[in-house]
Amino acid sequence: MSEIITYREALRVAMSEAMQKDERVFLMGEDVGRYGGSFAVSMGLLEQFGSERIIDTPLSESAFTGAGIGAALNGMRPIVEIMTVNFSLLALDQIMNNAATILHMSGGQFHVPLVIRMATGGGKQLGAQHSHSLEGWYAHIPGLKVLTPATVQDAYDMVGLALADPDPVLIFENSLLYNAKGALERQAEPLKIGKALVHREGKDLSIFTYGISLFKSLEAAEILSKEGIGAEVIDLRSLRPLDDETMIRSVRKTHRVLIVDEGWKSGSISAEIMARINEQAFYELDAPMMRVCSAEVPFPYAHHLEQAALPQPEKIVAAAKKLMEGI
Amino acid sequence: MEIEYELLEHYYRQMLLIRRFEEKCVEMYSHEKIRGFLHLYIGEEAIAVGVMDAVGPEDNILATYREHGHAIARGILPKTIMAEMFGKAEGCCLGRGGSMHLFDAATRFYGGSAIVAAGLPLAVGMALADKMMKRGRVTVCFFGDGAVAEGEFHESLNLAALWQLPILFVCENNRYGMGTALELSQSEPNLAQKALSYRITASQVDGMDVLEVAKAAKHAVLQIKEVGGPVFLECLAYRFRGHSMFDAELYRNKAEVEEWKKKDPLLALQSKLESESSWTNTKKDEIEKEVAAIIDEAVAYAEQGTLEPLEDLEKFVYSSGADQ
Repeated sequence: MSEIITYREALRVAMSEAMQKDERVFLMGEDVGRYGGSFAVSMGLLEQFGSERIIDTPLSESAFTGAGIGAALNGMRPIVEIMTVNFSLLALDQIMNNAATILHMSGGQFHVPLVIRMATGGGKQLGAQHSHSLEGWYAHIPGLKVLTPATVQDAYDMVGLALADPDPVLIFENSLLYNAKGALERQAEPLKIGKALVHREGKDLSIFTYGISLFKSLEAAEILSKEGIGAEVIDLRSLRPLDDETMIRSVRKTHRVLIVDEGWKSGSISAEIMARINEQAFYELDAPMMRVCSAEVPFPYAHHLEQAALPQPEKIVAAAKKLMEGI
Repeated sequence: MEIEYELLEHYYRQMLLIRRFEEKCVEMYSHEKIRGFLHLYIGEEAIAVGVMDAVGPEDNILATYREHGHAIARGILPKTIMAEMFGKAEGCCLGRGGSMHLFDAATRFYGGSAIVAAGLPLAVGMALADKMMKRGRVTVCFFGDGAVAEGEFHESLNLAALWQLPILFVCENNRYGMGTALELSQSEPNLAQKALSYRITASQVDGMDVLEVAKAAKHAVLQIKEVGGPVFLECLAYRFRGHSMFDAELYRNKAEVEEWKKKDPLLALQSKLESESSWTNTKKDEIEKEVAAIIDEAVAYAEQGTLEPLEDLEKFVYSSGADQ
């Protein structure tokens, strides 16, 4: 039985179910309790589980993220919520130097089964310290897994998948998706971490994307189809590990690649994807790969400038058409 | 008083083992058997030995990159520590960690952290888990005076006090953060005062006196277990050697070092033992020989150790062992 709920509700339901099933699971972060979560994701959980398991923290990103690591080392299954990815930089030391390294430094003795959730992305006129998409940065780090749920189903599934994982998992939630509605099938077998999902089949070009850009890409594919161009849209779902197999299979089918990523271009996950395709399927390509990414500026406040900085369906359509030139 | 004598002898044996072990490490470093950074604890042995005597096997230990002494005092076999420093598969972390990252699940020894103050947030989380699960354990977190300048120190002390967590914070104040004197780093050089400002029970103790350290630590652990909440011990000590093997010690004068060496914790304990009737020169020689045998065995074990196969390079990045 599928139900229609919001992305926010899907995350909340998943956390609530996990906490009912497993006493080791708890949620910790700034304003997750009495306030109900800065994006209202955890609204009502304090009443349901009490202040021992829904823990309001002071503004100490490094210490409460590190505390999540310590609790994970000591047998718990913590979920740490960081308000936005920009704030997570205050906890980067703990994420990089402890969460990602302890399994290795200890020669496999200590696992860090920690889940860190945070909001990412622009589009709400929040300026240059609340709007960036830095998930690609985190995908640089061996030892971490980086998930980017786009759909309501994935918002629900990925909380469970991350909690079941023995290693640190970061979940990036685009803040414009919290109100998005979609179908949720609670009983469905979740698609594993590291598996991409083909959302729309197409024969002419492959669009690799994730997060909110999935919906912009699907919108663009619809426009393109009316002009006779068949775009295959693939939701990467996970930036580390990347699903090379699904990407390469699609490249072999369409021979043209467009990557849509709200992160910046330079030194980015989109660049990494291009490199992997070059390494593994260069001779399959009929045209140079292209990217639609955010403009290389700290995000501006003004609405028209911010919108111009972001990937948009019309930019994706234009890039796709350019990619198809010469046919 | 027989028990007290035995305890003194136990402390002496452990402190001597740490001292001789590290002297051997210097030798092995000069033979290029040990590489990377090597931070010696010589002069500070009384702290690890005194504190470890106050905790049980169920308690959790977090230490810094200057942690050979803590690892030995906690009961990690010296031979697996030496093998670790030799980069051998027989090391306590299979050679993945090295001198600065000693870990041991069996003794609940959680490293070995080389980011100053980064162990404090972990201690908060470990103690939070124990409190939530009502396990009655104590988490001991060692760090140096340098850590006090870091934000993570203040964030962690605040959380530990706010949530009344069972943590024994042990600040090993050896007066220098690498080459910068405490007075050049801290507006308030009395570090226990900082803990007090977070409403944490805090005191200064002579870190060169193992009996004083052990007494204070036992008292602290008792308070943590019976009353709850964290306790902070500032152990005043001095490191006799440089910060690491690369330190020319331009920032302090020899007279100062010599002055502190008069308070050598090992010699101080030895003079206490000399007033005991059970202590003889023969006994002293016996202990020295026993320690030498342990260290010889450690070096031999490390020498004979094997190298992890190159095919295993990417192991222990993920629990499944697989990345893409």
